[in-house]
Amino acid sequence: MSGRVLVGVKRVIDYAVKIRVKPDNTGVVTDGVKHSMNPFCEIAVEEAVKLKEKKLVKEVVAVSCGPQQSQETIRTALAMGADRGIHVEVSGNDYETLGPLQVSKIMAALAKKEDAQIIILGKQAIDDDCNQTGQMTAALLDWPQGTFASEVTLDGDKIKVVREIDGGLETIKINTPAVLTADLRLNTPRYATLPNIMKAKKKKIANVKPADLGVNLTSKLEVLRVEDPPQRQAGMKVETVEDLVGKLKELGKV
Amino acid sequence: MDTRCENSVSSPVDCQSVRQISRPPWGACQSGLRSRTTSAPAVAPNQAGGAVAFPPLQTYSEEESMMRDAVRKYAQERIAPFVPMMDENSAMDEEVIRSLFEQGLMGVEIDPEYGGTGSSFFSSILVIEELAKVDPSVAVLCDIQNTLINTLFVKLGTPAQKEKYLSRLSTDMIGSFCLSEAESGSDAFALKTRAEKHKDYFVINGSKMWISNAEHAGVFLVMANVDPSAGYRGITCFIVDRDTPGLEICKKENKLGLRASSTCPLNFDNVKVPEANILGEVGHGYKYAIGMLNEGRIGIAAQMVGLAQGCFDHTVPYTRQRVQFGKRIFDFQGMQHQIAHVATQIEAARLLTYNAARLKEAGRPFIKEACMAKYFSSEVATLTTSKCIEWMGGVGFTKDYPIEKYYRDCKIGTIYEGTTNVQLSTMAKFIDKEYDH
Repeated sequence: MSGRVLVGVKRVIDYAVKIRVKPDNTGVVTDGVKHSMNPFCEIAVEEAVKLKEKKLVKEVVAVSCGPQQSQETIRTALAMGADRGIHVEVSGNDYETLGPLQVSKIMAALAKKEDAQIIILGKQAIDDDCNQTGQMTAALLDWPQGTFASEVTLDGDKIKVVREIDGGLETIKINTPAVLTADLRLNTPRYATLPNIMKAKKKKIANVKPADLGVNLTSKLEVLRVEDPPQRQAGMKVETVEDLVGKLKELGKV
Repeated sequence: MDTRCENSVSSPVDCQSVRQISRPPWGACQSGLRSRTTSAPAVAPNQAGGAVAFPPLQTYSEEESMMRDAVRKYAQERIAPFVPMMDENSAMDEEVIRSLFEQGLMGVEIDPEYGGTGSSFFSSILVIEELAKVDPSVAVLCDIQNTLINTLFVKLGTPAQKEKYLSRLSTDMIGSFCLSEAESGSDAFALKTRAEKHKDYFVINGSKMWISNAEHAGVFLVMANVDPSAGYRGITCFIVDRDTPGLEICKKENKLGLRASSTCPLNFDNVKVPEANILGEVGHGYKYAIGMLNEGRIGIAAQMVGLAQGCFDHTVPYTRQRVQFGKRIFDFQGMQHQIAHVATQIEAARLLTYNAARLKEAGRPFIKEACMAKYFSSEVATLTTSKCIEWMGGVGFTKDYPIEKYYRDCKIGTIYEGTTNVQLSTMAKFIDKEYDH
């Protein structure tokens, strides 16, 4: 058992930024806009680093797929405690069409190449909200998956995962190797302390091309149009329950 | 030495040319991405693998950018919630102090061998600026530790002294720098605290005033005179531990601003200090004080720039949101002109500060530039905060909004670590020399 954990980290528009749609409606404005690590990916990195601190795993490898700037995201993961990074270079049109299916193919290929024991991903990215990459990666590898994890416990060669589901909490036990996706309450990510940022400078980031992994990036999806959500309309106040039901019927909602 | 500079004055001219060639070419030389302020691009142009030949002053190494972003996030999330309470109670929260150490902010330039971060002077300037945007009191605590205390130990400490103090200073112990007295502020060398030599120890008697960080400091660097007949050439720097008998830390001052930063008088009543606790050499204390204060000046400049920027960042959104006479108050030309003017002043102050820091790092003469940076930044902070209160209108005058705190905090900038008048006189001396042919 390699004791190696692969953590996927995605560079997304910072959560605090006000998103603007491009005038040609083909996407959102990304030029000159502040980007940072997807918050759920931060939680994934934190969990991996915690496992290493508990000496339950031996090495944490941070992976990001994207253009040159994705290296910053990997550096942040290194500053949080990952041991080394892998930057899968994807740019230009390939990057525009990069989606969960392509990323999961890349993660699956890397998992085999790096002999990973666990893959931890954020449950979803805050830009596309897909919530698919973890699941697809597990399927491609035919590994068990523990998604929406709010608690992870390693137990010999099995993992106990408490999952946040609509009905409450579900506890499962899965074999390793496995894919986990991190939900909000799994942990509170640490700040990269200044000494760790300095240490991160010495850690290695390997460069890899998708072709080297035998992955085809073509997407079968085409984005037709991106629009702002409709402006929120004013509501109306009613006095009684009868009024409420009447209004709802009027609007055809009931 | 290539010079791209127009002026022909035979003085250290601010040429960036020589320095740039040795900058590390790895990674992108990104200029600062400040979410609200200027439209600086994320990545400098002509990036094909090499650094731009003469990049703008707002160009940071990847390490500096990461640090600045980390401190910004940390300050927003872990200091901001405590700020109003610390100001109200005139007390620095213990949790804030602890997290400053935990984040490695108190030992930015200290070697990792001693538990420090092992980064550069410019990084500490960025740290101070970011902290000051959120709370200038926290920034000054961090500034004094990094630019005065740590630097003195690193430059002058014997291996034994470094061993004993540096790892504490980077992990859990605050230091205080004790120079000023009731009768000697600007006239620092007129200090009267006396250190009498006995065999292998000294006995210190006297008192100090206006000592920052004193409430929480574990170690005090005390300037005392071993030989008053030698005038300032008797001033010596002593390391005095907090629990030394005879050292009394008196009640802190009730201040207008920077209230969370403790400022206390100290009394020395026959404080016995071993000879081994002399930092550097006997009678050289005056040199050390001047030397350190030259660098500390840049730190204060950074604090003032951060203060001004933080205040400005709180105010402009309000002006964009507040509507009077059917339009945003930002849209009135009178307002726009004032806002643009202040923004320019802050930018100029920042550039003076960054340039002074880069000059120092490059080992080039920087004292005049450091004076300019400190003098200008403190004046800009005063202007900015005053204007910001006006732009906010009535709410700017209330404690419900953070603006009035910045206004109170900024005033000390023109006074401490060398008053504005002292800075101006120092600059004039340099200018005078520049014209000696």
